[in-house]
This record gives sequence, structure tokens and C-alpha cells, in this order.
Amino acid sequence: MPDVYPLTSGDATLIAHSVDGVFIFILAIASFFFLLTQGFLIYFALKYRRRKGIEQPTPYITGNTVLEIVWVIIPSLLLVAIFGYGMVVFLRMRTPIPGAMEVQVTASQFQWSFKYPDGRTALNELRLPVGKPVKLIMTSKDVIHGFFVPAYRQKQDVLPGRYTYLWFLPRQAGSFDLYCSQYCGTGHSIMRGKILVMPVADYQAWEEREEQKQKGAAASPVEKGEKLFQDSGCLGCHSIDGTPKVGPTLKGIFGSTVVLDNGKTLTADEEYLRESIVDPNAKIVKGYQPVMPTFKATLKDDDVAAIIAYLKTLK
Amino acid sequence: MDHAPEATAGHHGSYLAEKTLRSWALTLDHKRIGVLYICTTLFFFLVGGVVALLLRLKLLTPGPALFSDHTYNVLFTIHGAIMIFLFVIPAIPSSLGNFFIPLMIGARDVVFPRLNLFSYWCFVAGIVVILGSLVSPMDTGWTFYTPYSEQTSAAVTVLSGGLFLVGLSSILTGLNFIVTIHTMRAPGMTWYRMPLFIWAMYATSVIQVLATPVIGITFILLAAERVLGIGFFDPAKGGDPLLFQHFFWFYSHPVVYVMILPAMGIISEVVPVFSRKPIFGYRAIAYSALAIAFIGFLVWGHHMFVSGMGTLAGIVFSFLTFFVAVPTGVKIFNWIATLYRGSISLDSPMLYALTFIFLFIIGGLTGLFLGSLATDVHVHDTYFLVAHFHYTMMGGTVMGLFAGLHYWFPKVTGRMLNEKLAKYAWGLILVGFNLTFFPMFILGMQGMPRRYAEYPAKYQGLNIVATVGSWVLALGVFLMFLNFIRSLRRGGLAPDNPWRGLTLEWSTSSPPPEENFAEIPTVSEWPYNYGEKPERRTEGKRER
Repeated sequence: MPDVYPLTSGDATLIAHSVDGVFIFILAIASFFFLLTQGFLIYFALKYRRRKGIEQPTPYITGNTVLEIVWVIIPSLLLVAIFGYGMVVFLRMRTPIPGAMEVQVTASQFQWSFKYPDGRTALNELRLPVGKPVKLIMTSKDVIHGFFVPAYRQKQDVLPGRYTYLWFLPRQAGSFDLYCSQYCGTGHSIMRGKILVMPVADYQAWEEREEQKQKGAAASPVEKGEKLFQDSGCLGCHSIDGTPKVGPTLKGIFGSTVVLDNGKTLTADEEYLRESIVDPNAKIVKGYQPVMPTFKATLKDDDVAAIIAYLKTLK
Repeated sequence: MDHAPEATAGHHGSYLAEKTLRSWALTLDHKRIGVLYICTTLFFFLVGGVVALLLRLKLLTPGPALFSDHTYNVLFTIHGAIMIFLFVIPAIPSSLGNFFIPLMIGARDVVFPRLNLFSYWCFVAGIVVILGSLVSPMDTGWTFYTPYSEQTSAAVTVLSGGLFLVGLSSILTGLNFIVTIHTMRAPGMTWYRMPLFIWAMYATSVIQVLATPVIGITFILLAAERVLGIGFFDPAKGGDPLLFQHFFWFYSHPVVYVMILPAMGIISEVVPVFSRKPIFGYRAIAYSALAIAFIGFLVWGHHMFVSGMGTLAGIVFSFLTFFVAVPTGVKIFNWIATLYRGSISLDSPMLYALTFIFLFIIGGLTGLFLGSLATDVHVHDTYFLVAHFHYTMMGGTVMGLFAGLHYWFPKVTGRMLNEKLAKYAWGLILVGFNLTFFPMFILGMQGMPRRYAEYPAKYQGLNIVATVGSWVLALGVFLMFLNFIRSLRRGGLAPDNPWRGLTLEWSTSSPPPEENFAEIPTVSEWPYNYGEKPERRTEGKRER
């Protein structure tokens, strides 16, 4: 789990390490003042506490100008230092390296879609090569979302009607969690994705395979459907092994009897499956929430047919 | 001299003497209005608390459980909206402020008693409208960010109306207090002889009067956009969603000082009384309240570093933000210095006051991570923020309120609290609070976003700790309320001045007569003359 302990693992990107530097700097100052103030607080409260209810005489001290000036000036200087350090790293975070690979990110309730420079798209999974700077140009289709990768110490809100950006330089191969950090509705907490950073050779091999697939498209409908099923992020909410997740399992879905939330039942035929993909909220299975986004725009008619062909094989 | 409520009923009747419903509902007595506010706000504290327990229960497991994700979203919205608008904002100013401002400045009432009663009923009307919006409950979070709050089917317009009324009540109360403090002080009470609670309430009232209209206007614009379709905030209608955030935080940042300043005022009263020492650095504390109120208006953008607001704006707001830390630090140093060489009695009001300082230091220092740009980008919108906020608001404001409630309970009710029970409750609250909220700092650093109904399983361990903590905290709060209710009838009769405080409210009977003072007192010195008098100071030094 690369993103669990922030103080020892900020090596996933170029900037994460610097952010952790600021974090440790502030932590050091905060710890000093924590020990100083809490130490005096507890020490005074115990040392000068009234014993056996007997009140000792107390001195009439109303202030101490020197002390008060000192404890205004020293913290002020430290605060300016914290501000400056944080600003310098923030500026680097906000200034992309020239020549970064540009990926378009479109957020919508409740998924992430990515578009690579060559026009390929992906859902909820962004594959990147190690060592190459990336600039994400982000917008939203509906409400405000937040693009947050804890391991990268990076976060940026994604707004409808305008572009925001975020850049980073991955230094480690691996899988990194992507969360939506700005509350966006019922499915906010399942709007999660992955950033898969691959060694350059692996990435190129993967990229070639993808291009082959797009050109060839010789695969059978079932194979094509399986690929689309995986790439579209269906598995995020629907299992194929029988366990219920955010959505109902799709194991043995075709031909099964479905109970809807209005109490009606129906048999899952091709038309029901098609409708559930392009207009998911038309019929809701009993016990589930209407949170699935429509795939009307992302999947063509052929694609839907291929996915249905694949679903039929899930016995 | 002890005054039982019955005993004072004769010549100068206790303000509690009349029992009819009408005498409460239409009272012009600031003390009764204060009590109405205390009961109303504490009721909503309990409601918001029960909702919080449900949220924590759901978060015991990472997956779907107990109730749907939508219900979770509704519940965290209700928790936030109730706690902020119906509890924390009015909790100290409207309740204890109403009760004690006139008593502490030696006045018979606030300057506009009818307006005061109107404020209360305006507040109640707002509550009724807000409860009406629960027909189709909000799921936007208490921040109501557009355009989500434009598109959701919930009763946003109705809720906006309710919050508008609550805001109006807040403005009128603030106005009343400002004029009262300016014009109604007892003869001889110069500005620098005012108790620090009055300084804090003065700064608070200024913020209420200046900032609250902005949120009122924002709610009107939001309603106009939803009902009339005029584009202010929704990009689909030609609006700008960031404009809403600017408006919202222009109010909601200063308002965190409406929440915290009165609590700081209470601490400045309790610490000297229970240490038998003059407050250290009186003027620094008074001025820092005003400084916080002023700088608080210039830092709203620090809620928006990752909102897409722009890099330069972020830098300016970060810089200004660090300046709020200075007057806040000054207050903490001064309170701790007041303890030095005191004769400290650890009664329940003092225990809560010390707890306030202890927890607020943690809340304040963790604010440094949020004020600094580079680290805020990481911890913003995570549980780190949730933890920081609860350390300042619950560890701060609510502990300050508890200190005030324990400190002034004898004055308000004429009865003493059960001190033993109060200490058990305090212990549980201290332990439970830290168990609940400290793990959230770590969860946030690990990247767990807030407002997540379901979360990755790797975060479960600390969530379990937090949920168990919430039970301990709830038990402590339950014991505290049990003590309040029990002591109303069974507590020992309170003397006029059980803590031997020097502020004016202790110079009248417990509970005070309807007109507060038989004769308006004349003030000749500040209210912190504890310890050996200056002329004897040299003697004292020689002894040591």
C-alpha cells in the first residue's frame, strides 16, 4: 500500500517528496510548540493546584511586556517561514514541465474518463509510463468533482464549464488510488479509480496492443465484450462471481428473474440488459440505489451488443 | 448570603418566579430569553449528536451497511447543518451572551428587549422552516456547493429560507449586543474595565452584523436561480460555481470566529477565577479578539486552494491566513501565563477550560498544515480537515460552552451541580473526544476523503477506533446532561458567588432578580483583582 504512511513513501512522484518535506518541517515546528505549551499547561496546572482545598497567596502579575513581544515576534517569523516554504513547493506543483504528455480528463457522476493524445479512451484507469511528465486537463460534465491521488499528494477540483489542470512526474511503477475528493452526490464514495504506472517498455507494449486491437477488431463479440466490460469499469460495482457490491452481481444474469424496487419482476433478456446499460435508472433492482451512470455516449450499439454477448457467458 | 429562589421571591422576585407558559414565550427579560436559547440550542446539540453516532456506526465497516449511501449523505448534511447553524453559532452568543452581557456590565437588560424577543422567535421560525425542508431532505453537505445543490431534487429553496431567518435572528442579536455594550455599561465601567467575555462578545457581534448579510444574500441568489432560472452559480445557466464558494466562505470563514471567540471569552473569565490570579495581558487578549475578527474577513480563500481559484489568489490567502495564528497564539500564551504561580482549584468549570486550551492547541497547530499551500493540497477535503475542524469547534467552542455552563449553572438556576458526576462526565468526554477525532488526523494524512459513505478497506482499523470513541464521548455527554437535569431539582442551593468571582454577575443573587440588581452598581476597578494587591507585592516577594 504505497499511500498509507505519508512520511516515508513520498517517492511516487517528483513533487510528493517535496510536499513531505514541507509536512515534516511544519510537524517539527508544531511539535515544538505542542510540547512547549502543553508542557507548561499541564506543569502549571499540577504544580500550582490547590492542595487539600487550602488557598495559597498568589502574586499580582498582570503582564510582562518583554515576554509578550517575544511570543508575538518569534511565532510570526516562523509562520512566515512556513508560508514561504509551502508557497515555493506549491508553485512547483502548479508549474508543469514543458513537453508533458497531455491527457484529457472528464469527470461525471460517478466515473473518470481519460482521453490519451492519440484519441484512445479509458474509464477509471489511467495507465502511464514511469519517468514521463503528464499534464491532466480536466473538466466535468455535471457537478464539481475532485481529482485526488493521495500517493502523489495532489488534488485539484474538476469544474463544469471550465478547465483546471494538474501535472506530475511519476517516479515509481505501481498502482495508485484515485479518489473523488469533492462531494458530488449519491455515488461520491464509489467514484474511485486507479493510476497504473508501468515501466516504459511495458507501457509501450501495452500501447501497441491497444492500437492493434483498435485497428484489427477481429475479436469475436464475446472477447470484445469482455474487454469493453473490463475497460468500462463495470467491475467497480458489479461482480461476476455472485457477490453483491454497489450494484447487483452479473453472474448468471441473462435469463434470470429480476425483482425491481417497485415490486415487479421481469426476466433479464437482451432488451432489459441494453436498457440497463444506456438508461440504467429506468429500472432499479430491489435493494439497490439509482447511482449507475449512463453509457449511452461512451458505448456504440455494437459495443452494447458485444457486452450482452459476454454477459450471456457468465454462468 | 445565600438566596433560595423562594427567599428572593418576596421583595426582588427571582427572574424564575413566574411559571406560566405565557411568561416564558412573551418575556422581555434577557435572562429568560437566554434560557430559551440555551434549551433550544442544547436540544439541537443532542439531535446532531445522535445523527453523528449513526454516521460513526455506519463507518464501522467499509462497505454498504446499515442504511443506503444516499441516507448517509443526507445524515451528514443534517449533522453539519444542525450543528453549525442551530447549535454552534448561536450556542454561546445567543444563550450565555444574552444572559450574562447585561449582568456583567451592570445593566438591567439589553438595550432593545423587544428586538431580543423577536430574534428568538425569528430563530424558532427559521428552525420550523428548516424542519419543513426535511420532507425532501438535503444531501448536499452543509456547504451547499453549486451546481450540485442546483440539481439535486432536495428542498434547497425551503432550507435557504429557513437559514435566512436564522441568519436574520443572528444579525439582530449582534446589533442588540453592540448597542448594549456601547450604551448600557454601569457607571465607572470604562472599556478597559470590561470583563474579557464582553470584549469577545463585542468582536463576535461585529462579525455577525457584517458577515451574516452576505450568506443571506447568497441564499436568496441560490433560491432565485433554482426557482427563476437566473444564472448566478450554475455554468449550465451561464453562472460561475466558484462565485458561490467565494460568497459562502466570505461568510462561513468569519463565522468560525463567531463560534470560537465567545468560547475564548469564557476561558478568559474562568482561568483567572480558578487560579486566583489576574488575567495575564488583559489588553493583548482584548485586542487580539478584535484582530481575529478583522483578519478573519480576509482569509476566506484558504478554503479554496484546490478549487481552481488560481495560483496567485491562493498565495495571497495563504499569507493572510498565517496572520490569524498570531493573535490566537497570544491568547493561548496569556492563559497559560495566568496559571503561573496561581492557586488553582480543579473544579469542573476549570477542568473544561483547561481541556479547551489543551484541545484548541492541537486544533490550532494542525491548522498550520491546512494554511500552508503545499500540504493543504494533500490534506484538504480529507479526514485531516474533519479532525482539525472538530478539534477547534468541539474541542474549542463546545468545551468553552461546557466550561461556561458549569461555571454559570449556579447563577442561572440557583442550584449547584453535582461536582463528582461532573468530573466523571468530563473524564469520559476528554477520553472519548480524543479517541474519536485523533485517528482522523492519521486517516486524512493517509488520504481518506471526507463524506465517503463507503471507503477502501485499508482505512478500517482507525475508523473502528473512532467509532468506539464516539460511544465513550456519548456516554460522557449523557452523564453531563443527567447532571444538569438532576441538579435542577436536587442540586444544593447555590450561594450568590460560589467561585468568588469579581465580575458583576456574582454580586447579585443566584438566580438574579428580574431587574438584575437592586441598585445599579458603580465600578471603580477592573474585575481581575485576584492575588495580593500591588502595594503588598514587595512583601510577597521577600517571603519567597
